[in-house]
Amino acid sequence: MQDFGEAFFTAFSLLFSFDADLMEVIGLSLRVSLTALLVAGLIGLSIGALLAVTRFPGRGVALVVVNSMMGLPPVVVGLIIYMLLSNAGPLGFLGLLYTPTAMIIAQAVLILPIIAALSRQVIEDLHNEYADQFRSFCVPTGRMMAELLWDARYSLLTVMLAGLGRAMAEVGAVIIVGGNINHLTRVMTTTIALETSKGDLALALGLGVVLLTIALTINAAVMGLNATAKRQAYA
Amino acid sequence: MRDLRPANVIDLRNTQDSGAGADLFPLTVEDLTYQAGGTVLIKGIDLTLGAGGVTVIMGPNGAGKSLLLRLLHGLLEPSGGWIAWGGQPLDDAIRRRQAMVFQRAVMLRRSVAANIDFVLRLRGRADPARRREILEHAGLADRAEQPARLLSGGEQQRLALARALATEPDVLFMDEPTSNLDPASTLVIEDITKAARDRGTKIVFITHDMGQARRLADDVVFMHRGKVLEHSPAAAFFNQPASAEAGDYMAGKIIL
Repeated sequence: MQDFGEAFFTAFSLLFSFDADLMEVIGLSLRVSLTALLVAGLIGLSIGALLAVTRFPGRGVALVVVNSMMGLPPVVVGLIIYMLLSNAGPLGFLGLLYTPTAMIIAQAVLILPIIAALSRQVIEDLHNEYADQFRSFCVPTGRMMAELLWDARYSLLTVMLAGLGRAMAEVGAVIIVGGNINHLTRVMTTTIALETSKGDLALALGLGVVLLTIALTINAAVMGLNATAKRQAYA
Repeated sequence: MRDLRPANVIDLRNTQDSGAGADLFPLTVEDLTYQAGGTVLIKGIDLTLGAGGVTVIMGPNGAGKSLLLRLLHGLLEPSGGWIAWGGQPLDDAIRRRQAMVFQRAVMLRRSVAANIDFVLRLRGRADPARRREILEHAGLADRAEQPARLLSGGEQQRLALARALATEPDVLFMDEPTSNLDPASTLVIEDITKAARDRGTKIVFITHDMGQARRLADDVVFMHRGKVLEHSPAAAFFNQPASAEAGDYMAGKIIL
């Protein structure tokens, strides 16, 4: 077992030497999670906006389902996607198991309910304020959703950030559908899990530091943006 | 209670030349009721409004003035009765020819200019020159790029009014638009309202302010407890209200 301080030292020297393996892992992590965010964002924001402005029988049930799916266990999502994509599964012919695409699908499924549920709340609050004025102007439903999404954009950025955080941090789903294959499907969280069990704490720690730094940077950027938006009373 | 429906429609158009919105009139309301949560809030209103001019709706708090306005504009569905604009039931085509200014201005989280562009685009007439003209008319041209929600209360209401007028409505509903404003802002709102009336827009205006009612009204609808007690030409109403309640209200007494 390495000394704690030594592990930190090795971690930082790996980082600042831009170790090729490390960079590859970081790059894949960002590519997978950002793509998953894009996919889940497009679908999730649409669902959120639709649930916020429409009233239909069964809406209450839909809200409960979406809200409770926010807590989906990553390993369960991983397992289900695995079963769908495995050779014997209904989508096996696509040959996607153990590819980055499978990991993107898993992360997108995982964060879709988060984005849908949180954006529904944000958009519904704004809609309560706008509803009479929109009705007065006879704004069609689709148009209403688009205008609300635009006016809520700064709050929705925070929602998207919550989704990204969840996607980047989870390990259970991507390790099942990706398989943690070196140079192919190895991302930061799966590497940390692997290296820790192998006892190579330095690499694990280095990746941990990178994960934290990315999270801090994105959060700080969004907070800065939101502060500007607040000053302009747009948030 | 007595039915004080006027025998004939008060038509306040200055000229015989009927404006673009003439086919919406007369507005006829028959036995209009509205209830919410088991309470009947609008109790069988009969009312006829003619084209043009400013109809002021007055009455104590809780009389149902705002509800009546919302029912006429189609923001609420009546529980019973009939609303007909020029003989036609209220539909989206008619609603698009109406606009409403609310007591508290609803400002989109955008710039002043974008608030106007929103309705111009909605009506398919986006045009920077037209937007500039609208903002100049409202005295907000120099504020175009500012966030709308950072305007003062008076400026916000001016923008809300300009935005409503940008749809070139034939009917404009105004629900106590100046109740929270300073006198200078109130004057600007009143001037813009009068200019709209002079262009032929029918104005239906709720106010608590007796002075404002006298300045604006061509005819007055007096409401109390969900009913219309009186509908008279302004001069007649302010000289000698037909109902005791209206007399008491104008004398500053609390009416129950």
